[in-house]
Amino acid sequence: MYAQLVKSEGSKTREEMSPEEIAFQERIDRGERIEPKEWMPEGYRKTLIRQMGQHAHSEIVGQLPEGNWITRAPTLERKAILLAKVQDEAGHGLYLYSAAETLGISRDELLEQLHSGKMKYSSIFNYPTLTWADIGAVGWLVDGAAIMNQVPLQRTSYGPYARAMIRICKEESFHQRQGYDIMMKMASGTPEQKAMAQDALNRFWYPSLMMFGPSDKDSVHSAQSMAWKIKINTNDELRQKFVDQTVPQAEYLGLTIPDPNLKWNEEKGGHDFSEPDWSEFFAVIAGNGPCNEERLGARVKAWDDGAWFRDGLMAHAEKAASRRHAAE
Amino acid sequence: MSKNEWPLWEIFIRGQHGLNHRHVGSLHAPDAEMAIRNARDVYTRRNEGVSIWVVPSNAITASSPSEKGPLFEPANSKVYRHPTFFDIPDVVGHM
Repeated sequence: MYAQLVKSEGSKTREEMSPEEIAFQERIDRGERIEPKEWMPEGYRKTLIRQMGQHAHSEIVGQLPEGNWITRAPTLERKAILLAKVQDEAGHGLYLYSAAETLGISRDELLEQLHSGKMKYSSIFNYPTLTWADIGAVGWLVDGAAIMNQVPLQRTSYGPYARAMIRICKEESFHQRQGYDIMMKMASGTPEQKAMAQDALNRFWYPSLMMFGPSDKDSVHSAQSMAWKIKINTNDELRQKFVDQTVPQAEYLGLTIPDPNLKWNEEKGGHDFSEPDWSEFFAVIAGNGPCNEERLGARVKAWDDGAWFRDGLMAHAEKAASRRHAAE
Repeated sequence: MSKNEWPLWEIFIRGQHGLNHRHVGSLHAPDAEMAIRNARDVYTRRNEGVSIWVVPSNAITASSPSEKGPLFEPANSKVYRHPTFFDIPDVVGHM
């Protein structure tokens, strides 16, 4: 999940709701889409800005761990594929920023909140990509987990968000498949290559499980977001689905998921598995992951270093417009 | 925040099959020419289009959600505007 720990605003009982709020909730319950200029509770708007902003930031920051390997990809074809994938992530960020802008916040304001640390991005991107196999593991597991979350969000109540998710999901499947393709190649390669693939799985398994956010019993913001249909499934539901989907994929690769407690539970029709270390999750969210400083530093530097260029293009556009104006 | 934020553009794309340009989303760009270049990268990475229109977002006038009733409800009662309203005997042939 690219949005974790999104604080939800304004949880109210029906008795506390105004007539407008009741009518709004009824529209959502009927499955109607909410569109930008329509009335919405302030809490709905604010929660959505937080969630969509965090989602957009995750797409943008998510380019960094993969960008690390563009110049080091093992073949020209792999390099072209990785470039295309990273370019998609930039596109996904842009779709989501413009969807968020329909809620009355500008993209520059959102970026400013990312840069100041006020807004977060997914914890997963604070882990390093140490080997080429990590690029496989990121596509397979990280994009796989993201898809798990994003597919139901195509039915989310806010129209522009749902439409952005539809576009993103169409493209995201390529990401996961290219990752798995890298893993297949590595796992069927030399013993050293297979060991590298196993090592990547070992390091990315628990951080991928953390992407879905804390366990339902500790997830304080879920109920209101689910009533508003800006969250469709609980964190634990999606995590379970992800584990069940991934186990046979790892088996096919001949790799071992690093969890001694992982086993099929016939009764529940799913796997039992170990929870990730939640203290690590909260530490990474709080800014103390292995790469937090590097990631945010790279974003801020890119923004600051690009200022003269953005301003230059704007100055040129204004000058050209005034020249056209004078000629008319 | 930069005081120089690039303006917002709405992007319309005509797909391969000769249909109308269709709204696909929006993006920021300093001017129309750059908006087209950016739209090509953001919205046509997979052969989605053969033609791009860009329109400054603030040039669009939209109907208000509160007018939904008066604007669109009158059409509900005029089902005779649809050809299926009329029962034509099969023997007459395709019509």
